[in-house]
Amino acid sequence: MENLELQKTANEVRKGIVTAVHAAKAGHPGGSLSAADVFTYLYFEEMNIDPKDPKKADRDRFVLSKGHTAPGLYSTLANRGYFPVEDLKTLRQIGSHLQGHPCIQHTPGIDMSSGSLGQGISAAVGMALSAKLSNDAYRVYTLLGDGEIQEGQVWEAAMFAGHRKLDNLVVIVDNNGLQIDGKVEDVCSPYPIDDKFKAFNFHVINVADGNDYDQLRAAFKEARETKGMPTAIVMKTVKGKGVSYMENQAGWHGKAPNDEEYATAMEELKKAGEALCQK
Amino acid sequence: MPEVKKIATRDSYGNALVELGKDHDNLVVLDADLAAATKTGVFKKEFPERHIDCGIAECNMMGIAAGIAATGKVPFVSSFAMFAAGRAFEQVRNSVGYPHLNVKIGATHAGISVGEDGATHQCNEDIALMRTIPGMTVINPSDDVEAKAAVQAAYEMDGPVYLRFGRLAVPVINDKPDYKFEVGKGVLLREGSDVTIVATGLCVGAALEAAEKLAADGISAEVINIHTIKPLDEEIILNSVKKTGKVVTAEEHSVIGGLGSAVCDCLCEKNPAPVYKIGVNDVYGESGPAVKLLEKYGLDAQGIYEKTKGFVGK
Repeated sequence: MENLELQKTANEVRKGIVTAVHAAKAGHPGGSLSAADVFTYLYFEEMNIDPKDPKKADRDRFVLSKGHTAPGLYSTLANRGYFPVEDLKTLRQIGSHLQGHPCIQHTPGIDMSSGSLGQGISAAVGMALSAKLSNDAYRVYTLLGDGEIQEGQVWEAAMFAGHRKLDNLVVIVDNNGLQIDGKVEDVCSPYPIDDKFKAFNFHVINVADGNDYDQLRAAFKEARETKGMPTAIVMKTVKGKGVSYMENQAGWHGKAPNDEEYATAMEELKKAGEALCQK
Repeated sequence: MPEVKKIATRDSYGNALVELGKDHDNLVVLDADLAAATKTGVFKKEFPERHIDCGIAECNMMGIAAGIAATGKVPFVSSFAMFAAGRAFEQVRNSVGYPHLNVKIGATHAGISVGEDGATHQCNEDIALMRTIPGMTVINPSDDVEAKAAVQAAYEMDGPVYLRFGRLAVPVINDKPDYKFEVGKGVLLREGSDVTIVATGLCVGAALEAAEKLAADGISAEVINIHTIKPLDEEIILNSVKKTGKVVTAEEHSVIGGLGSAVCDCLCEKNPAPVYKIGVNDVYGESGPAVKLLEKYGLDAQGIYEKTKGFVGK
C-alpha cells in the first residue's frame, strides 16, 4: 500500500480509537494514537495475515505487549476486516468481544492475551522460538511501551531472544516519552533504550519519527533483512498523535474524551482525512 | 518384610517426558537452569533440540511457554514449585490461565521434603495459588506410577495443568495391574467406617500406613487418594463422609488453601462434617533431612496416625 493510502487508513483507525474510547467512557487513547501508524503499517503492509482466516497456520503473529492500547489494535483489526467497525462502540461493555485488554479467546485476530505489562514480549519470543523449532517461516512482531520496558521481564525476554538469535522476531518500542505519572525520563528513565537492546544482542533500528511511513517502511525492510539476531525498532512517536489537545499530554494516557472533546477530535480527524484526499 | 521400592516423583516426571517425547514431536520441555534437579535433564539428553533452557528467569520462561503453546506445540515448563507457582504466579495467571493455553507446568521440589535447602525453597503454598486460577487443573501424584500416568494424562488433555512433584524418594504404592489414572477421579484405597482420611501426594502412602496402625487400635479408617485437587472428585468424598461422618485431610502443603481447604469447600456446602486438616500449620519450613522434617511437622505415618486418633477420640 502506498504511503498516502496508509495515511488515509491510519486516519480512519484514529477515528475508531477516539470513537471506541468515547463510547466506553474509559480506555487509553494516548498510546493507541501514537501507535496508530505502526499498527496500520503492520496490518496493511508488513504482515502476512488474512482477516478471513485469522488463525491460518503460517500467518505472521503480533503480540500487543502494551495491551492497554487495545483500542488502537481493535480499530486496526476492524478496519482491516476482522470484524465490523461498528463493534468498536462496544469496547469495554459487558458481553462485548472487545475487552479492556486484548483477549485471544474473544476477538478475531488477537494472537495473544496481554495487558499485564512485560508479559507480551515473552509470549512473542515463545512464538518466534516455536517457529525456529519447526522451521516455519512466519515472523513475530510485538509492540511495547517505553514505560513498559521498566518491567524486568522485558529484559529477561530480550536476553533470551538475543541468545537464541531469533531473527524472526521484531520488538517495537513505542517511545512516546510519557507514562501515567509523567515523562518516562522523570519517572524512572529507561534511556538509552537502543543501547540496552544492543547489549542484549539485538540489531537496533532507531526511527526518528514513528508516525512517518517512509521511515517505518525502511525500518521494517531492514528488520526483514537482518539475519542471525532479533531486531528492535525504537521509534520516537507523539503520544495522542492526530488529536491536537491530546498530543504530548500524559493526562490523555488513560482518559476518555467527553462529548464536546469527542466532537472536536472527530472534526479534526475529518479535516485531516479531507486534506489527505486532496493530495 | 521386603524393602519397599522408593522413587522420587521428579524422576518419574523426567522419565515420563522421555517416553512421551518419543511418540510426540510437538512436545517441548522448558527449564530454568534446574534440569539436573527437575530431572528434565534426561529429556535433554534424548532430545536436545526440544529442551529449552531459559536460564534463571522463570517469569519469562512461563511467557515463552505460553507463546509456544499458542502456536500449537505442547510445552512442559519446569522449575521448583516455589518459582513456577510462586515467582511466576502472575505469568501463570495472565499469560497461561486467562488465555487457557495448553501449557503443562511440571513443578518439582514441592513441600518441606525439599529438605536441607530450607524454607526459601520449600513451597507449601503452590496448591493454594494454582487452584485459584480458573480452568487450571492441579495434580499432585502420590508415587512413581501415578506421576508417570499424570504426565501422560496432562499431555493428552487440552488446557493448562499444574503437576506437583517431590524431591524425596517415596514408596511406590500404585504398582498394581488394575491401576488406572483418570484426571479428576479420586481413588478409594482402603475401606473403613470410623473416619475418612483424604490424602494427596506423599501423604497418601503415609495415610495407608497410619490406617494400619489405627486398625490395630480398633479404628477403621477409609483412605482416599486425591491426586487431582482441581477439579476435585466431590462424589468420592461425599459418599465416604456419609458413611464415616468425619474427615481428616493430609497434605504436604499449608493447611490454608490446599487439599484440606478444597475438601472443606465441598463439605460445608454439600454435607457439613467435622474436618481435621493435617498439613503445614501456617509456618515456614526449615533446613533438615526430609524424612526428619516430615516427622517433625507431623506429616509422616506416625503424625497422621496420632492426629487422626486424637480427632476420632476412640
